[in-house]
Amino acid sequence: MHYSWHWKVLLETEPGGTGSYLHYLIVGLGWTLVTALAAWVIALVVGAFVGTVRTTNLKWAVRAGNLYVEIFRNIPLIVQMFLWFFVVPELLPKALGDWIKQMPPPWSSYLPAVMCLGIFTSVRVAEQVRAGINSLPRGQRFAGTAMGLNEFQTYRFVILPQAFRIIMPPLTSEFMNIIKNSSVALTIGLLELTGRARAMQEFSFRVFEAFTAATVIYLLTNLLVVLLMRAIEKKVRVPGLIAAGGAPMAGH
Amino acid sequence: MDSGFDFDVIERSLGYLFREGMTFTITLTLIAMTGGIIFGTLLAMMRLSSVKPVAWLAGAYVNLMRSIPLVLVIFWFFFLVPYIGAWVIGSNQPIKVGAFYSAAITFTMFEAAYYCEIMRAGIQSIARGQVWSGYALGLNYWQTMGYIVLPQAFRNMVPVLLTQTIILFQDTSLVYVISATDFLGAASKVANRDYRLVEMYSFVAVVYFIVSYTLSLVVKRLQTRIAVIR
Repeated sequence: MHYSWHWKVLLETEPGGTGSYLHYLIVGLGWTLVTALAAWVIALVVGAFVGTVRTTNLKWAVRAGNLYVEIFRNIPLIVQMFLWFFVVPELLPKALGDWIKQMPPPWSSYLPAVMCLGIFTSVRVAEQVRAGINSLPRGQRFAGTAMGLNEFQTYRFVILPQAFRIIMPPLTSEFMNIIKNSSVALTIGLLELTGRARAMQEFSFRVFEAFTAATVIYLLTNLLVVLLMRAIEKKVRVPGLIAAGGAPMAGH
Repeated sequence: MDSGFDFDVIERSLGYLFREGMTFTITLTLIAMTGGIIFGTLLAMMRLSSVKPVAWLAGAYVNLMRSIPLVLVIFWFFFLVPYIGAWVIGSNQPIKVGAFYSAAITFTMFEAAYYCEIMRAGIQSIARGQVWSGYALGLNYWQTMGYIVLPQAFRNMVPVLLTQTIILFQDTSLVYVISATDFLGAASKVANRDYRLVEMYSFVAVVYFIVSYTLSLVVKRLQTRIAVIR
């Protein structure tokens, strides 16, 4: 049993007529990155907030933060995707829900996908932020108080700047996760890289050429992200620490 | 669409959802967990091998699996397994493989990469003297691994392995992309047939939450128990 490869298919025109299949896949990579980056902004902002709140002395805020984390950590990503796409618009005020549903094609999937990935990842960012803050010596907090800073100022000027520098490496892997996880958005109709590889396979019947091309593009993207992040990590590393902390986590 | 919600649809389809769907999900999870941990442990031993090509090969496999999205891996295996099967039995037509077997192979191979990294950390957490004392007692590599290193590594890593299994349990829902009838797939079929997407998907989310959260509490208890004994 053997499979006859036909790599030239990548240069053939895709049925939509926008260009070659290779071009079609590269545009897919563009959507993957645009989705991942937008979701990453949400994940960082919300994750930093929730993670920080969970280290404070405010009991109710800690509890609310824990609840948030448990909810979004214990529901599968694809189910969350369906919740944002099918369920949320129905629960919103009718005018707003209809407006979301009637957005022109990529956007009606793009918006729920970004929200879903952003919130899903924010939970993991929150865990890392909390672990980073907790890994700092208690003396840092005391020193802040001793200098007359209030709690907000201690976080703003003493705790968070160090914590974020410590958790850069785990944040890098969360960013790579968000790129990979954005492929789940194909289930709500977003034609990102994996979705386009799947579509290419259906149009051209070239199964393994399509998936090999997508795999190579993902590998190259990963490589670029790793190199970029390593440069940043080197810049922001806290001198004197052996290695970065962060929560040891199972994951994908 | 009706403006009102109809939650009766859940009660009407409970049998189908759990007998077909949840059974598929749980069976798949258990198979992939068992296979994944076995393969993962072997991969970890390979990655730590002093024979360079072996270590390199295992490393390449693990890094490849961890660099591409699970959805893409599911597609890969869904189309690849019929060809591999044909190659194994010497047929010149791709053989037919059902969604379940395809998914079982996919998740076993995919999760093995993640379990491998966990087991590698576990093995590396064992003091080197343990290995030397094994050799000093006249045990060979496999005996040292099997009787001394792996049992300890495994025990240390039980909480992380189980946490990974909870993630695996959630990730099996991605077999939706090859139209398998797992819990989500079953719910989705009912949802589309009766046009009750809001009710069904909310119900699915609640069930997954309850199962995953309960399991995570069990893991947390186990973690403190193991920590206390040591």
